[in-house]
Amino acid sequence: MLSPSTTKVEKPLILSLRGMTKHFGPVIAADAIDLDLQRGEVLALLGENGAGKTTLMNMLFGQYTPDAGSVHVFNEDGQETVLPSGQPQAAIDARIGMVHQHFTLAENLSVLDNILLGTEALLSARRNRKSARQKLSKLMHDSGLTAPLDTRVRDLTVGERQRVEILKALYRDARILVLDEPTAVLTPQEADMMFASIRAMVDDGLSVIFISHKLHEVLAFSDRIAVLRHGCKTGEMNTKDADTSSIIRMMVGADHEAPTRVHGIPKQPILNLANVNTKPSKGGQGLQDVNLTVHAGEIVGVAGVSGNGQSAFAGLISGLVQPTTGHVSVNDQVIQKLTPKVMLNAGVGRIPEDRHHDGIVSNMSVAENLVIERLDKPDVQQNGFLRKASIADNARNLTQNYDVRGPGINARSALLSGGNIQKLILARVLETNPDLILANQPTRGLDFKAASDVSLRLFEARDRGAGVILISEDLDEVLSLADRILVMHDGQLTETDSRDRTVIGLAMAGGEQQ
Amino acid sequence: MMDILNIFLSDSFWAASLRIATPLIFGVLGALLCERAGVLNLGIEGIFVVGAMTGWMAVWLGANLWGGIIIAAMAGGLFGLFHAILTVIFGLSQHVSGLGITLFASSAASFTYRTALPQVSSPPRIEPFRALDIPILSDLPFIGPVLFQQTAMTWLALFLVAVVWWVMEKTALGVAIKAVGDNPEAVNAQGLSVVKLRMGSVIAGSALMALGGAFLTMSAFDAFFFGMVNGRGWICIALVIFASWQPGKALMGALLFGMFDALQVRLQTEAGAFIPGQVFLMAPYVLSIIALVIVARKADYPRALLTPWFKGQR
Repeated sequence: MLSPSTTKVEKPLILSLRGMTKHFGPVIAADAIDLDLQRGEVLALLGENGAGKTTLMNMLFGQYTPDAGSVHVFNEDGQETVLPSGQPQAAIDARIGMVHQHFTLAENLSVLDNILLGTEALLSARRNRKSARQKLSKLMHDSGLTAPLDTRVRDLTVGERQRVEILKALYRDARILVLDEPTAVLTPQEADMMFASIRAMVDDGLSVIFISHKLHEVLAFSDRIAVLRHGCKTGEMNTKDADTSSIIRMMVGADHEAPTRVHGIPKQPILNLANVNTKPSKGGQGLQDVNLTVHAGEIVGVAGVSGNGQSAFAGLISGLVQPTTGHVSVNDQVIQKLTPKVMLNAGVGRIPEDRHHDGIVSNMSVAENLVIERLDKPDVQQNGFLRKASIADNARNLTQNYDVRGPGINARSALLSGGNIQKLILARVLETNPDLILANQPTRGLDFKAASDVSLRLFEARDRGAGVILISEDLDEVLSLADRILVMHDGQLTETDSRDRTVIGLAMAGGEQQ
Repeated sequence: MMDILNIFLSDSFWAASLRIATPLIFGVLGALLCERAGVLNLGIEGIFVVGAMTGWMAVWLGANLWGGIIIAAMAGGLFGLFHAILTVIFGLSQHVSGLGITLFASSAASFTYRTALPQVSSPPRIEPFRALDIPILSDLPFIGPVLFQQTAMTWLALFLVAVVWWVMEKTALGVAIKAVGDNPEAVNAQGLSVVKLRMGSVIAGSALMALGGAFLTMSAFDAFFFGMVNGRGWICIALVIFASWQPGKALMGALLFGMFDALQVRLQTEAGAFIPGQVFLMAPYVLSIIALVIVARKADYPRALLTPWFKGQR
């Protein structure tokens, strides 16, 4: 363990959180956390999901009212102010800016209106937009972060939205900037650009707290690291003294290695797409002339920025989207009309992208959700009546085998955490031994341990002889799981032999492949 | 055919269209304000009744006409406050609360009327708003009767369209209202109060709705009858979707409905001999449904409409 003496205060303090505590019902989300931030440093706040990172930052920013604890801010002369709790306006006045993981932008307003929201007197008839524009164009020039001011936010890409969020904070002269998982939705290039801009501003005196669970980012970008686990601070160290295994030990509480991939052995083809085109789906691109063969015993990774055809692709394999031209065949059988039921019966198991919305019926129990895809099977129902005892047995077995933790098999599945919901879905899908598994963003938003569990299960299924399609925006996930990598851009699917982040990242952005 | 053409050429048809549209303009502006802030106000039908009753009764009890208008608006605002407390502060279902307000408000208005006037068989009359007679302008051919012989309340309605448009498009307040109906957390994160913005919008919107009702008893007619609102509030709920929550289009929608209704009355006299009168009575509603179906397919709902917001909720 590292003692506090190794993190000697060199620069003046700018922010100090003391004894921050927050309960949500019986759960302690933050338990007496102390955290200091020095002027002009990048502090990475690391921890698994539910460790209390976002809760802590929301208390700092006044969005949550802490049960105990206080926020102290220091100005240039070292003068100390205590912020009143539960008031975002107080944090804004203390020049703290926060970029939330889920963007807090009004999509029906222009970029300019979003940035000015809350900075103008509501009951004044006059708006001084000219000087606002001047200040913004200087800001954009100095920071290198640009955004089209008169475009409505709904028409922006996620990368642009993120820049708007940062500009929003900078426009209010933030000297402390909190970034909550800023790279979760960015391409590697966009992320690098963002880090470069932030780094330049830090050199000019900005102080940054940066929440992440991507270790390579934290090691590359931060000056100091603080680790939270189960609502407590478990460690603090200078980044130059840190390495991956010591950080993971603090995050997880024990040595824990990510499962390493052994190359799969591809066997007979399972799925074949021949010249498939589809209509656009869910605001994303349609597929354009996609050819693909997935074999038993391999994991095929589809990387790409969302909106490039992933939802049409996933919809096609789930039987929700019809091809306009081309053929889909599973196990050498051409599927004439794609419906979810046909695909399910053909042996396709689906792990949907939005696990809360499409993966479970949140008001139904864990046990019910576990049999929901096979209600016609004799162990689930007989003559139209549910076999409650058999369903409960099934649920007890599966929750044990797949380590689904929660308030019990009869509790509403909405009460499970994200990681446990994903395990529930995995249990339901894998238990039927599908020939093909469609895993759409299977580890997004999951913490290190839950994500490794999911990865292990997918490896197991592959080694058992299933073909796996992994759709992901997270390049690290694709690189660590996939035997074969394809990039989806503009509705087209291109195979790449490279395992280089830059090369694949460039292809994701639509650049030429080398 | 010639007869229909004559209808469209007559100034009385256009004057009637504008007159019929007036209460709808108030109502649709009110609904627009509430919904832009993210709150559906199905209390509108009852708030119309309250506005009609209180405005009329205030004048009958001796207030002047503008005093009646102010009292009607305040009564509407009061029911708006009630709806806002239930839906914004307690986060209850906006549908249930709104329908409850409609039932409660229309019954309370009728009850008050009956209690105040237990013995009356024919409703007492007041001296309503008269058509403005603007020298020169009212004597203009066609335009004079259509525009310049309307009552002051019609002008107030048109003026309020401009005011609501200006607030929504040109002021920081309008930006904040639109933001709170799209993403309340964005408003909260910028240090503004979601609760105040939403409550204020619902109260102001409900006051506007009540003016729609007041127009009926203080301008279109001169007395209060049971059932006189007759679904106008519901029409406004549909029109606001038709208008894509924009004041200018709201005016267009209300005028369109006014035209259908004015046309229907005239067609009854023209063709009433061959076609049952009920067909014509239905026509404006059927046409509204058709127009709505066409437009609403692309409707761009405020994203946070119907969604309650609580501070610090996970």
